[in-house]
Amino acid sequence: MSKLARIAVEAKKQKDPNLMLKEVPYANFIGMKLITFGSEFLSHLPFSQSNVGNPLLPALHGGVVGGFIECSAIFTLLWELDNSLPPKTIDFSFDYLRSPGGKDTYAMVKLVRMGGRVANVRVSAWQDTRDKPVVVGNGNFLLKYKEE
Amino acid sequence: MKQTQQDERPYLIEDPRVIGLMTRMSPHMERLGIEIESISPGECVFKQPYHEDLIGDPDTGVVHGGLITTLMDSVCGITVFSLMKEMVAIATLDLRIDYLRPAVPKRPLYGKGTCYKLTSDVAFVRGIAYDATEDDPIANSVGVFALTPGNDQIFKQYLNAEK
Repeated sequence: MSKLARIAVEAKKQKDPNLMLKEVPYANFIGMKLITFGSEFLSHLPFSQSNVGNPLLPALHGGVVGGFIECSAIFTLLWELDNSLPPKTIDFSFDYLRSPGGKDTYAMVKLVRMGGRVANVRVSAWQDTRDKPVVVGNGNFLLKYKEE
Repeated sequence: MKQTQQDERPYLIEDPRVIGLMTRMSPHMERLGIEIESISPGECVFKQPYHEDLIGDPDTGVVHGGLITTLMDSVCGITVFSLMKEMVAIATLDLRIDYLRPAVPKRPLYGKGTCYKLTSDVAFVRGIAYDATEDDPIANSVGVFALTPGNDQIFKQYLNAEK
């Protein structure tokens, strides 16, 4: 069993999704957190100067919001699945709807389809209100594959 | 790339101060340690050094896909900028990334952007990420960027502060 899958099992047992974050250096690098409500969670990216892409606006780096969305999708898949392998991103596409301002960002993941081999997810990231998303993402993940 | 009208003005990147400004102006790119490997009008290569903070899979040490997203977004955005002759604000409209294979741990990553169509309002850019040679990419991307007239004043202030 992979380290990520093992920690996901432990996180579920302790009902603390943030345990998964500790194992993923990149998620800590951008400074994201997971906020639980009931048995679900949403992702939170507190504002940080080091995530700014354009200091003139100021705006977060579009890539950081993309990375935050991708991290959110992977954590949700790890949380929802009982899989011994970590999900592998096949592709991801992002629509940048509004300039992500220099403030906190949130994201919520919707599992559109969970197939036997492939999962399709849709992620919406917003700052002020949920009905004004800044970036939406859509991706496919491979769940079952030959270990290399 | 085909030029539709004759414009004798130099590209902004012909000013050596602009090159240094591009990566240092963005706090996130500076923190990642992204460097410009090469740049010419319509084509740009970035180098992203490997470091452990960027790992996505703790079992293998492979960097996170989100880093590839940032590398592709950055290099493709600057590729659009490389074609500019006056200050223009460049915003990503959409970006799609195909993950072809995992990056080899500990190797630096390269991102290359190629602008294959530029209009006055939008730019279409292809990108690849690789860790050894271009013909064995780890990711392929396509993106569309929106162009809006930029603030020349602020840009000039930054530029004049450059040595």
